[in-house]
Amino acid sequence: MSVLAAQVGQIAQRSVVRTLRQPASAIPPFIFPTALLAVTSAGLTSATRLPGFPSDSFLAFFLAFPFIQGALFATMNAGTDLARDIQTGFLNRLALTPMRGAALIIGHLAGVVTMGFLQACFYLVVGLVAGVTIASGPLGVVVILILATLIAFAFGALGAFFALQTGSGEAVQGLFPLLFVGLFLSSMNLPRELIETDWFRIVATLNPISYLIEAIRSLIIYGWNPQALVLGFGCALLIAALSITASVWAMRRRLTRT
Amino acid sequence: MTRNFWSVAFAVAWRVVHNVFTTPALFVPGLLFPLFFFTAFAGGLSRVSSIPGFDFPPGYTAFQFVFVLLQSAAFGGVFTGFGVARDFEYGFARRLMLAAPNRRGLIAGYAIAAIVRWSVTATILTVVALAAGMNIGGGGVDLFALYLLAVLVNITATLWATGVALRIRTMQAGPVMQMPVFLILFFAPVYVPLALLEGWLHAVASVNPTTAFLEAGRGLIAGEPTHVAVAFGAALALGAAFMLWAFRGLKSAERAL
Repeated sequence: MSVLAAQVGQIAQRSVVRTLRQPASAIPPFIFPTALLAVTSAGLTSATRLPGFPSDSFLAFFLAFPFIQGALFATMNAGTDLARDIQTGFLNRLALTPMRGAALIIGHLAGVVTMGFLQACFYLVVGLVAGVTIASGPLGVVVILILATLIAFAFGALGAFFALQTGSGEAVQGLFPLLFVGLFLSSMNLPRELIETDWFRIVATLNPISYLIEAIRSLIIYGWNPQALVLGFGCALLIAALSITASVWAMRRRLTRT
Repeated sequence: MTRNFWSVAFAVAWRVVHNVFTTPALFVPGLLFPLFFFTAFAGGLSRVSSIPGFDFPPGYTAFQFVFVLLQSAAFGGVFTGFGVARDFEYGFARRLMLAAPNRRGLIAGYAIAAIVRWSVTATILTVVALAAGMNIGGGGVDLFALYLLAVLVNITATLWATGVALRIRTMQAGPVMQMPVFLILFFAPVYVPLALLEGWLHAVASVNPTTAFLEAGRGLIAGEPTHVAVAFGAALALGAAFMLWAFRGLKSAERAL
């Protein structure tokens, strides 16, 4: 176990340093979601006048969105970095060492988790500075940070799986539109009960991203809502478990091939 | 001189169009993103049309269609700018500039290619919108004016992005091309009419030329033209300014040869 921990630590250190040293991939996850938060919350302020809208601040309602979009960036960054390791032969060289596959994946995701945590702190600060009050209080802030980091880890693992499966950074980048669709076909803009178009409401109800958003949103605007939290944490843990399992399987196949 | 210009323009346009339509990785994102936005906005936000004071007779689908049409035109131009940057990064543009008897034809070629590329996107987007039940109140002339306005936006965005690509000459210029276009598009009445915007966004949108494009476009599709002269005037003025920007970028690229 201590060997595994040491291996994870070494890869994690490399992952964190590499992520923080790449402004081109480290900065957009902070800028883009915040810009979308600003324009959408300002543009849809009047939506709070809709009967049944759960908050009198669209900014507070929409603040959950950047956490999820930031996690999508985590998918891209984790996948692209790992694909680069494959394309440059770094993974092949690692395969000649006693490094375990699981250590490589978990260590690699350390950079993603670090970024996910920093992003979540940033979005929270932006929201608080803009006047949002977190209904669940200081403990709710801690839970938001934990959930946001878990979501970043889950999506990062998904990116790692695609990188290991395809071995191509471009293929991982091509995944972005697909994930973006998942984000847009969710309850990110309106509560599900206020979505008028039937097929859209059904898709949003089946879409796990809706529950990730709603869990964070519940802590911001409602307080403590056990159902939303169970569904949100459940979906995040499920995505993480499936993605890690798939990544370990893909890693075994890739190391066997080499 | 003129013949040289057009022969260069058509050769470049043909190459770009051929590359785009034979490389799914280049064509598909430019097609999918407008469709995503249209689906998400028109489908997911249709309840917004119930907000007191929201008055747009053709309905929310047509309201959002105009935004997505103009957005696809603008981003079609930006994606073409990515291609210019890619040509410089791989060294192809250098050879192209040495071979072209009239280098301004290069810019015209990229602009023609952008229009062709966007025309396909606009056609598919229109078919999807009609299939989704979009109502159109305007007549043939109104719709022609709407698409013409979108073409002008497409050319303007191409000239902006090409000017950036000619100066920076690397794919890393992508965010510099994309971010200002993204911001100018969204600092406008995207989801609701200008009158329903509040706070700082209302102030910014009131002086943003995109607002004139959107209001004119929505008026045209509703058959109640408003601010059409302002929108076309703004589009032509921006087009002329960015043409100058692109030509100066060409000079910068020539100095680096």
